[in-house]
Amino acid sequence: MSSIANLSGQLEKLVGSDRVHTSEAVRKGFAIAGRAPMAVLKPRAVEEVGEIVSFAAAEKLAVVACGSRSKLELGPPQRYDLALDMTGLCQIAHYDPGDLTVGVDAGLPLKELSMALAEKNQFLPLAVPCSSTSTVGGAIASGIDSTLRQQYGTSRDFLIGAEFVDGTGKQCKSGGRVVKNVTGYDLHKLLIGSLGTLGVITRLNFRTFPHPESRGAYIATFPEMEAALNFHDSLLKSGLPFSNLELFDPQFSALLAGYSNQAGGGNLGSPGKNAWHVFASFEGIAGVMERIQRELQERCDRAQAAHNETLDARNSQQWSDALRESFDWLRSAAVNVALLRIVLPQWAPGDVAELHQALKQSPLRSAFALRACNVAYLAFRSEGEDAQTNGAMGRCVSDVRARVEAKKGNATLLHSPAWLKDRINVWGTKRADFPLMQRVKQAFDPHNIFAPGRFVGGI
Amino acid sequence: MLSQKEDLMLYEFDGSVEKARPEVVVFPLSTKHVSGIVKLAAKYQTPVVGRGAGTGLSGGALARGGGVMIVFARMNRILEMDLENRRAVVQPGVVNLDLTRAAEKAGLYFAPDPSSQKSCTIGGNVAENSGGPHTLAYGLTVNHVAALELVLPDGEIVRVGSRHGDSPGYDLCGLFVGSEGTLALVTEITVKLSRKAEAVKTLLAIFDAVGDASRTVVEMTASGITPAACEMLDGWTLRAVEDYIHAGFPRDSAAVLLIEVEGLREAVESQAAAIGEICKANHARDVRTARDNSERDLLWKGRRNAFGALGRLAPSNYVLDGVIPRSKLPEALEQIHAIGKKHGFQIGNIFHAGDGNLHPIVLYDPRDTEQFKRAIAAAEEIIRMCVALGGALTGEHGVGMEKNELMPLLFSDADFDLMRRIHDAFNPDSSLNPGKIFPLSKGCGEIRVRKSGQATGARP
Repeated sequence: MSSIANLSGQLEKLVGSDRVHTSEAVRKGFAIAGRAPMAVLKPRAVEEVGEIVSFAAAEKLAVVACGSRSKLELGPPQRYDLALDMTGLCQIAHYDPGDLTVGVDAGLPLKELSMALAEKNQFLPLAVPCSSTSTVGGAIASGIDSTLRQQYGTSRDFLIGAEFVDGTGKQCKSGGRVVKNVTGYDLHKLLIGSLGTLGVITRLNFRTFPHPESRGAYIATFPEMEAALNFHDSLLKSGLPFSNLELFDPQFSALLAGYSNQAGGGNLGSPGKNAWHVFASFEGIAGVMERIQRELQERCDRAQAAHNETLDARNSQQWSDALRESFDWLRSAAVNVALLRIVLPQWAPGDVAELHQALKQSPLRSAFALRACNVAYLAFRSEGEDAQTNGAMGRCVSDVRARVEAKKGNATLLHSPAWLKDRINVWGTKRADFPLMQRVKQAFDPHNIFAPGRFVGGI
Repeated sequence: MLSQKEDLMLYEFDGSVEKARPEVVVFPLSTKHVSGIVKLAAKYQTPVVGRGAGTGLSGGALARGGGVMIVFARMNRILEMDLENRRAVVQPGVVNLDLTRAAEKAGLYFAPDPSSQKSCTIGGNVAENSGGPHTLAYGLTVNHVAALELVLPDGEIVRVGSRHGDSPGYDLCGLFVGSEGTLALVTEITVKLSRKAEAVKTLLAIFDAVGDASRTVVEMTASGITPAACEMLDGWTLRAVEDYIHAGFPRDSAAVLLIEVEGLREAVESQAAAIGEICKANHARDVRTARDNSERDLLWKGRRNAFGALGRLAPSNYVLDGVIPRSKLPEALEQIHAIGKKHGFQIGNIFHAGDGNLHPIVLYDPRDTEQFKRAIAAAEEIIRMCVALGGALTGEHGVGMEKNELMPLLFSDADFDLMRRIHDAFNPDSSLNPGKIFPLSKGCGEIRVRKSGQATGARP
């Protein structure tokens, strides 16, 4: 009997034959960077997850937990034997609208959670890409950016507890269901963005937020970079409570417009595709909306924008949706795309100008957006796959990373062709605290079975 | 360095009802000193405990295993203020309010505001993940820390996090903040400073029934209004406060809510109006608005000094800390009242109502052993009630040696196993702050409290 047949026999004993898939077609659907697992398992209950993990620990099989698989590529594992399809665990476990707290299974689609919360006029400020398919567990484990971060923070700020299966197959928890809690170690914070390398997340508890009375957005375009940067900087310093604030270059603008048209989001109505854009969104009661719009207008008049407008509700939504999905459309914007997420301690106008100057010299086309909270996205694009073009892409990424790390920032390779992720460290240079991360990994996953090699420093 | 018994006695207490005496107290001036002390202690297999101002309420800064106490009082310099990026780098002994004072000129402040902010240190805030009234809107200490410098139990100096607070990798800052000094000693902290709101309004809602006040909080929460702070004082407490501070709390009322809203002028006006309406709909006798800063300060003075005021009523008071879902507030207050009655105490309540963080206060006489036992029993019953209502053991004071034995109410053996592995990954010999967080009964031989340590245990 082949090893796969042997393995699948044992797995079927654990979860039943209808929950074990070993056909090539199914396995390929769970591949990461060209590597497919030996089997795909779809547990129905947390207990089954525990049994599978215990089995994997005993057999030293590498396990990758998957949701909708929209962002699996973030970190390619070094070993990958079993895929756990978590979408079978998809209930809302408890929802207390009066306390503004909710607890959900990891495999619940984010969209379904949003609909349930909307019935009580509430929402979860996880405005993440791939939102039509993404599971809640995937949104947390991937640590992918939310475009509401400027106002609501990252999931670290509203994830109040979690349950997960550790590397010994035991069901563990941390935090709780209440909005304020310092009982025990905050282990759930470690799970955020950990790409399944610490445990299999089964339950997530959040605080929820009331929908604002209204939401709006504002767009201003500038033919010259400098004017756009100054306007953007003046908004940062204004202290106005924006939900999102982004600045993007003409290439990014053109791709954004193209995506929106294609996605049926309609024409964004932006008059100058070839311009620098500053986008600001905001929310609140009528008085607040008017005030922010007025101040934006005043600042914009001084900044001498080529064009500016307060978007209507429908248009605001279109823009926000399209920007939320940036990660997804940027990565498919060309045959080959290298998408970097860059964080600097400070993105002063001079830093953007300097980067832009370097990009001008680049042999590849690019697209740049300075997003909220000192996070920037930079995509290099190429249509060819010849050695010369590929070499250029590798050099572009390395060059930008060197510049960023010299400024005490970091550049993560969110997306690239598989060969580039093999060649270039996805997460950048190891930091001084890496040995401490190894200790954490060892404590959670003593047999090193959770997505080995998938995360920072090859953890 | 102190090693005389009479000197050490000053360090055997903190803000909790526990007691434990260190064998040596040292006052390092630098990270290097701390590392050296820790290495020396390791050589002699002596436990080490860090301490800020000793205002903690769960015994976190007590030398339960005897040994060396490292007091950070002299590492109290603000090393850097980066106002443009709203960051400050501070030593752990910097007093919480001193940082806000240093940032104030630039319109910034350090958001965590425990009642003890005039004396408590930022190092202590980090260890305990401290909260305060404004946690409701701005979160606990962990939400305001970007990076840490740590000394591990073997003396190694490491940095975790980054100035921008967004580096790829596990959220080690999130783990170390609130680990109650059981994983490492914090020797430098990079904090995030917050921008002061352009407008603030402070309301005092006055009620003739406690139930009306708690239902107001429930309705406010459910309708999606999140003030910057929402504090409740019950009648018994507010009378004690009023006699001491004269903050303007009506002595004949059954409860008051101290509510603060912050933000843009337009938002503040509208929120205050909405809150006023909810208060009135729940039979508030009156809703007053502080007319200026001095009125506002006076109201807050009443709140912040409440524990001092209560100290005048009995030789000692035991401030509890539990959390419940906010929708269960009226029920919880009724139960606290019943539990107090059962054990023969009038239990006061002055707490962060907006986030369901209860602070029942039991007044007792520590010389009366029997009464002290009853106080502890009542406290435990209240914490059990919080858990039964779906809440947690502590919202901001920490577990320490106050609630470590209650941890099994929330956590399973598997949970302890994992927490133990995390603990041992950094502090394998339990040389750092032994006897905290983990129940002593919970196997694994985890807390190897040294036999040579001083007698430990609760007062008296």
